[in-house]
This record gives sequence, structure tokens and C-alpha cells, in this order.
Amino acid sequence: MTVLRDEVVPIQSSEDIVMVRQKVREWAIQSGFSLVDQTKIVTAASELARNALQYGKGGEARLEALNDGARRGLRLTFEDRGPGIPDMQLALRDGYSTGGGLGLGLSGAKRLSNEFALESEPGRGTRVMIARWK
Amino acid sequence: MERIPILKMGDCLLVTIQVDMHDRLAMTLQDDLTTRVVETRARGVLIDISALDIVDSFIGRMLGYIAAMARVLDAKTVLVGMQPSVAITLVELGLELPGVNTALNVERGMELIKSAIADGSKPSRNGSGKRRA
Repeated sequence: MTVLRDEVVPIQSSEDIVMVRQKVREWAIQSGFSLVDQTKIVTAASELARNALQYGKGGEARLEALNDGARRGLRLTFEDRGPGIPDMQLALRDGYSTGGGLGLGLSGAKRLSNEFALESEPGRGTRVMIARWK
Repeated sequence: MERIPILKMGDCLLVTIQVDMHDRLAMTLQDDLTTRVVETRARGVLIDISALDIVDSFIGRMLGYIAAMARVLDAKTVLVGMQPSVAITLVELGLELPGVNTALNVERGMELIKSAIADGSKPSRNGSGKRRA
């Protein structure tokens, strides 16, 4: 698998969440994603960018355009240096939220992606990776 | 400050969301709409989201709050013009917009509000003019 290109977008304000959405949309179009697939990955990116801002007190999103020979894809990695997630099972449950939201951010982003990985260390931060293939 | 315009059409308020809203703008819209419902004594709120290419859980929650606030102020909210790709994504995300009425386009949304207002103004036995569930 080769990374065709990558870019890092900072997430420090609610305007940055809009910027992440726009960049991901642009990249999804360039990767040849259908409108539904574009919408899914942009929505997932919006959820994870907001999590990084709200729970992680800001962070960054890394966008990578992938090619594994037969197909093209997008990988997005959201990283923050916030308090981390003490119970990842619980954080992935629909409707569970510590921030007054609907509790759909992580679980919803997982459903909207083909690949999902969550790493978190209490006190150190959280990293969420999603990928979607064309 | 950046704001989303709210138009008055007879008994209704019409909002057309045409920008990619950041979270603060969405919160401002929620406050502005609630204030305008009271000021104009509107009976219906029509929100046109045909220009929105995503609805995430934050925007979804805001739409649900608007509908709930309008309801306690005796106004019916109808969300119109959702793009098919947005509808597919919303359901997969797990967002079902409980309590929010939807219609395919502005015309049908307006009909829905008109019939709700007509139903609500009929006299009824409990005197509130509203049907009980």
C-alpha cells in the first residue's frame, strides 16, 4: 500500500472543524468516491474533529490518500493530547457521552468507515484512525 | 457577527441554511429562531437544508432542540429538502431526529404546517385545541 500524499490540519476552533470537513470532501472527490461515500467520510471526520476539540482540547487531523494497487482510499487520523479515554468499550457505546452530546461521535464514525482503530492512554491523549475505500 | 437570515412568511418562519455552519453559528441560529418565534407569534418554522451536504450529530442535535423549543412555544417545525446522501449517512450514523417533522420540499413542508395549524384551531373537548396522544 502506498501513501499518495498527506497533509496535517490543526484543530483548535469550531472553524477548524469546518476546514477539516472541506479538506476531506476535496480529497474524497479526488479519490473518486461516490457522493454517498464522500458524505459518509466527511460526516465521520466532522464527528472525530469535534471530539478532538471538545474532549482533547484541540489536536490535529492527518489526511492520507492511499492506493493499495487495486483500489484507492482515504485514511484520516485524529490525534489529541487531552485526558484520554479511561474506558474505551464504554466510549464506543451508542448514546454514551461525557460531554453532553448524543454519544454518537465515536460509534457513528466507526459505522461510517471501513476501518477503525482507537488508541488512548489516560493522561496522554487519544488517537482515532478511520479509513474508507472506494 | 455572522448570522443565518430568518424570513417571515405569513404565520411561518423560513430559514434556508446555505453555508457550512460552524458550531457557534448553529447555536446562534437556535437562539435567534426561538426569539423570533415569540416576537412574530409564528405557528410554524420551516428549515430548508437542501444546500447542506452533511448533517452530523451536532447539527442534528441543534435541529432537534429547535423543534422542541418551537413546540413548547406552540409552533410546528418541519425540516425540508434533505439530500438523499445526507439521509443515508444520518441513519448509519445513528441519528434519527426524534420529534422532528420532515418533508421532501418547501411546498410540502408548508402544507404540513398549514394542516397542523388548521387542526390546532378546531375546538376540542379538552379546550386546549390540541389533540392528546
